[in-house]
Amino acid sequence: MNKQSNTYTIIYIIVLVVIVGTALAFTSLSLHNRQQENADIDKMRQILASANITPAEGEVIDDFNKYIVAQEVVNENGEVTGSDAFDINVAAESKVTGTERKLPVFVCRTADRQTRYILPVYGAGLWGPIWGYVAFDADGSTIVGAYFAHQGETPGLGAEIEKPAFRDQFQGKQVFKNGTFHPVAVVKAGQHPNGDEDFVDGVSGGTITSKGVGAMLDNCLTPYKKYLESINNNQ
Amino acid sequence: MAEKINNKSVLLNPFSKNNPVVVQVLGICSVLAVTAKLEPAIVMGISVIAVLAFSNVIISLIRNTIPTNIRIIVQLVVVAGLVVIVDQLLKAYAYDVSKQLSVFIGLIITNCILMGRLEAFAMGNKPWPAFLDGIGNGIGYSIILVIVGFFRELLGSGTLLGIQVVPDSFYEAGYVNNGLMILPPMALIVVACIIWVQRARNKDLQED
Repeated sequence: MNKQSNTYTIIYIIVLVVIVGTALAFTSLSLHNRQQENADIDKMRQILASANITPAEGEVIDDFNKYIVAQEVVNENGEVTGSDAFDINVAAESKVTGTERKLPVFVCRTADRQTRYILPVYGAGLWGPIWGYVAFDADGSTIVGAYFAHQGETPGLGAEIEKPAFRDQFQGKQVFKNGTFHPVAVVKAGQHPNGDEDFVDGVSGGTITSKGVGAMLDNCLTPYKKYLESINNNQ
Repeated sequence: MAEKINNKSVLLNPFSKNNPVVVQVLGICSVLAVTAKLEPAIVMGISVIAVLAFSNVIISLIRNTIPTNIRIIVQLVVVAGLVVIVDQLLKAYAYDVSKQLSVFIGLIITNCILMGRLEAFAMGNKPWPAFLDGIGNGIGYSIILVIVGFFRELLGSGTLLGIQVVPDSFYEAGYVNNGLMILPPMALIVVACIIWVQRARNKDLQED
């Protein structure tokens, strides 16, 4: 058989691609449930991490069910429209504007009976998406913890947003100041934002990622304004 | 091939005398990307060893059937398929590690060592030597990754595998982490230093 003929070449590559494609489809299908479970557990761990709860290995699901006492979906006007917050695709919702946007809220009751409102955020860093969870105190204004993660920011630079050194800066920051709503600004170390809003220092060497965090907080927390206000007023 | 292939030298040569990174100067791009910290460098090394060994074996098994004019495409398809499978396996069984390595696993496809070894060795040799060649070159690559990762993390962040090793008293005395070490160019300079040391010790590698 002539191995250099066009027919042989075309048949060869078709057969090869079908074999490789089948192998990939098989791997993907057979591992999908496991991967989904891992991803869900990881999401639960991240949500709890924002409220400064660190579950032990293998107890993430139990702890999530124990501490997260309610899930709500609210809209821009602060009205509750649903309860399946965990299944909301924050990435897709972050691009929606107006009252159509579904805003998930996880209500958490910590071991010492404190209420926390955990809000997911999603945005873009330098190389890919960044996301996280911000936990508010029962007054709806004070941040008690924040968790950030990223897909592929530069290790040692932008990737530092997931480190406690960056995240812990958010503790105690207020989003309501003198009656106006300002998500926390992320600025270069040593600088101040133009307004009087609370701010944290960005990561040096990770300027674009830091700006991404600021833009993400702005885009994803601002729609919660009315919801947080109503919590604040009920105090 | 007239010269008989010595399995032992196929496995051991890439460690130093014929190292893929510092002698053949392949795979430099990923050395820049994954060595800012030691841990991703180690996992990346293991992944490359696995993908390189298995793609070498597969290509070697089908080497006599591959039409010459599309051989690079065939190699790419095999490598890409294996890399995706490794990525999926990591996601299912080692989720934390896969999160850490994220895009770098996918980038194994573009690692020149793979194409280099497939083209230069697996296309002309039997599966067993090809497997050893893959393991050898993978380890040779990993050694350099680990050395570079070690120095970059130690000098750039003062940690090793995420654990602080530079004592606090150093920082109090005015020692500062070298932020430049974390930036990609320093990987090249560290690699260059390794090449320098290696050539100085190995006279037969020196070029005029």
